[in-house]
Amino acid sequence: MRMILKNRHGQQSVRSLRIRTLEVPGDGDKSLTIFDNPRDVKGTAFLSYTHKVGDDDQWLYLPALKRVKRISSRNKSGSFVGSEFSYEDIASQEVEKYTYKYLRDEKRDGRDCFVIERYPVDRKNSGYTRQVIWLDKEAYRVWKIDYYDRKNTLLKTLTASDYRQYKNKFWRAHKMEMINHQNGKSTILEWTNFHFGTGLTPKDFSKNSLKRAR
Amino acid sequence: MRRLPAAFFWLLASWLCWGAHGAYGHELTGYLETEGRLFPESPLFEQQRFNDVSLAAAPEYYHAFENGSSVTAVLFGRLDSADRHRTHADIRELKFLYLADDWELTVGVDRVFWGVTEFYHLADIINQTDLVEEISGDEKLGQPMAHLSVPMDWGVVDLFVMPWFREITFPGPHGRLRFGIPINTDDPIYESPAEQSHVDVAVRYSHTIGDVDFGIYQFYGTARQPTMVPALTSLGELELRPFYQIVSQTGLDAQLVLGQWLLKLESIYRVGQGDPYYSGTGGFEYTLVAVVDTSMDLGILMEYAYDQRGNRAFTYYQDDIVFGLRLAVNDAAGSELLLGAGYDFENRTKLVSLEASRRLSDHFKLSVKSAFFLDVGPNDILYDLRRDSFIRLLLRYYF
Repeated sequence: MRMILKNRHGQQSVRSLRIRTLEVPGDGDKSLTIFDNPRDVKGTAFLSYTHKVGDDDQWLYLPALKRVKRISSRNKSGSFVGSEFSYEDIASQEVEKYTYKYLRDEKRDGRDCFVIERYPVDRKNSGYTRQVIWLDKEAYRVWKIDYYDRKNTLLKTLTASDYRQYKNKFWRAHKMEMINHQNGKSTILEWTNFHFGTGLTPKDFSKNSLKRAR
Repeated sequence: MRRLPAAFFWLLASWLCWGAHGAYGHELTGYLETEGRLFPESPLFEQQRFNDVSLAAAPEYYHAFENGSSVTAVLFGRLDSADRHRTHADIRELKFLYLADDWELTVGVDRVFWGVTEFYHLADIINQTDLVEEISGDEKLGQPMAHLSVPMDWGVVDLFVMPWFREITFPGPHGRLRFGIPINTDDPIYESPAEQSHVDVAVRYSHTIGDVDFGIYQFYGTARQPTMVPALTSLGELELRPFYQIVSQTGLDAQLVLGQWLLKLESIYRVGQGDPYYSGTGGFEYTLVAVVDTSMDLGILMEYAYDQRGNRAFTYYQDDIVFGLRLAVNDAAGSELLLGAGYDFENRTKLVSLEASRRLSDHFKLSVKSAFFLDVGPNDILYDLRRDSFIRLLLRYYF
């Protein structure tokens, strides 16, 4: 995945990273994120166990020090590697992490969409009071999310596009753009090389595998 | 490293050649560095040069096989303008990792870190300190080893066999940040008749249970920190000879996540270096995100370190408290800042350290590392370094 960071003057900086994900029956996903670029952070890796209920478990591997650091997942509103995505935005989106309210039906880019509002269960640590989501009726794909900060003002907007289907069932957006309305910065995620059913097991998401992730 | 058994290299070389057949992924990365060390105060000892500049390189080669096994080589070298001891080269890593379904085996030179605290790495023991690189002890020499790691449902068991001992590096006569009495690194004393070929062993058990990550280990072998023995040179001058004793060390490191708090503890019990003794360090880290409506994260740290030996300990941290602030700006340049302020209760020494770094482009990174030794007590291990407060400027090109 390519992550393009833009500041308000339009200056860009690009990061590249890879993400491996394992679905866990009855609980949240496990994921391992490996950084390739910029070069000084190459080999840095982030391991996360999301849980449907309670705090997630997160570890960071720093290759220069050969050190695995357990980090606090309560800092979910913090920026993920300097981007406009926070840890809670990139974490696996479990149904149990929110409560929901149906708002209305609306057409967006010619697609019939549900517009719903969701509220984080962990209100104390989330950076948001609410999120407004546009998802289509055909395949429940998310096209847009408005994020409202703790003061209930519009903070960010996520727009997803270029959905393609894999294995005849999984729809994945290949471009996501997060615009921060308050600081004028934005981040684009360009997804490539999706692979499904690659044979990853829980052992590929251990602290040992974090240390040797390349 | 020059006396490392040749067979060892032969073995690794043959693996490297074998690897060329089943090519899966080759990678050559690393960095080149220019460094300047500025010392605001004049040197204390006659032979010492004032400041120095240096060049360093750390190339890294990595090759992965299709089954997940891999070969890694990390070399390091530095050329220093003032200190010939700081001009040195080392094999940081040269290893073959064999990945089986239920275990993994590493053979070769490797670096292994154990520990949780920020300022004092007490529990860490596998690798020797490359003291000429970093006075903080954060930089380590490569350690020859066979390392078996067996992950199980009830935790990970790691076994280490280390057939060759690495001696600690010390600055030479012209270098700053050294003791007044010269250290004869060419003529160390070993307790074991096997000297450097004493086979050191270690076993470690580590696990994660809920919000707690912990590890306990037992080490038996040559102490990484020598005891300094006064001796006379052939010219009748006083010198210090490093004395490497055989020790048995039991260690613990643990960290608890309590909401936004991280609680950390490291402790060791060592037998074989004078009277048996305890040492411990621990503290907390608390992180505030999005401080004053920016995207910056601010970490607040406090750690205390204790060594039962007091001033006889070959460490600065024997009854010390350190307060720290870590700022992550979360900008595109990845700007970071770590400020540390330490106080020694026994010697009343104050230590202030500042590290900051910022990316200049995809390949260049600029860092500043500095330490200021203030009111150093006459019995403090840092007394001979009392005029050696420094500012290091580092520019690295990553490839």
